[in-house]
Amino acid sequence: MAGGYTVDQVLDCKGLNCPLPVIKTKKTIEQMALGQVLQMIATDPGSKSDMVAWSKSTGHELLETREEPGVYTFFVRKSK
Amino acid sequence: MGLTSQEIDHVVAATVKELAEHRLEELVREQVKAVLEAEARKTRPKRIAIVASKGTLDAAYPPLILATTAAALDMEAGIFFTFFGLEIVKKSGLENLKFVPIANPAMPMPMPNLLGALPGMTGLATLMMKQTIKQKHIASIPELMGLAKECGVKLWPCQMTMDMMNIKRGELIDGVQEPVGAATFLEYASSSDITLFV
Repeated sequence: MAGGYTVDQVLDCKGLNCPLPVIKTKKTIEQMALGQVLQMIATDPGSKSDMVAWSKSTGHELLETREEPGVYTFFVRKSK
Repeated sequence: MGLTSQEIDHVVAATVKELAEHRLEELVREQVKAVLEAEARKTRPKRIAIVASKGTLDAAYPPLILATTAAALDMEAGIFFTFFGLEIVKKSGLENLKFVPIANPAMPMPMPNLLGALPGMTGLATLMMKQTIKQKHIASIPELMGLAKECGVKLWPCQMTMDMMNIKRGELIDGVQEPVGAATFLEYASSSDITLFV
């Protein structure tokens, strides 16, 4: 439980570079049910802005972004 | 024979009125058309059309990265492989694209330009580039091609290039569309939101 939502699935994209984190996120969320939350962990610094753009473009809600040194964690809710 | 000034005024007023009405009608029609087009654009997915015209390892990346990412962003994507870009969708080409160091001042490891022309330099530079790609966990070209197919990116081989270079349909990788001409691509591109030439 984090910030009022439960994580339903975790996707590890550590070590992967553009465009793989975004593509894997998309592929994973397609398999999930509406309203479920995906936690995606990446080390690609570009994913920080890319995930915002991805959320804006696809309409899946980016609930939260956490940043630790070199590691970026995103929480996305399947919204359609 | 002569008209009175009153009659002239009458004719002028009628003409002006007719012209104004005609123009107004035209404007309204244009406005309605623009609104309808904008609505249609809102409801259909966004679209990207890319021309891949080069057949080197480095030039194969932008079309495939952008097309697969576009698909991940819920856009429709299509790539037209023409001239040397056709190499990317050839069975013999996809896994064997080369990185050419000659005349490339942006080489990661600077070297005199002339050295790039030496026999074996292209092979060496390609090997080094592929190692870097692997080390940095960057997707390979065959991997990106696989993703592109999986995401439904349309891959159009250029018919004219195939004729020119005597390339048979069987020499192309699986999963590409039937070869098409410029008109087919342009028709797709004309209803695209993004068009790129690589």
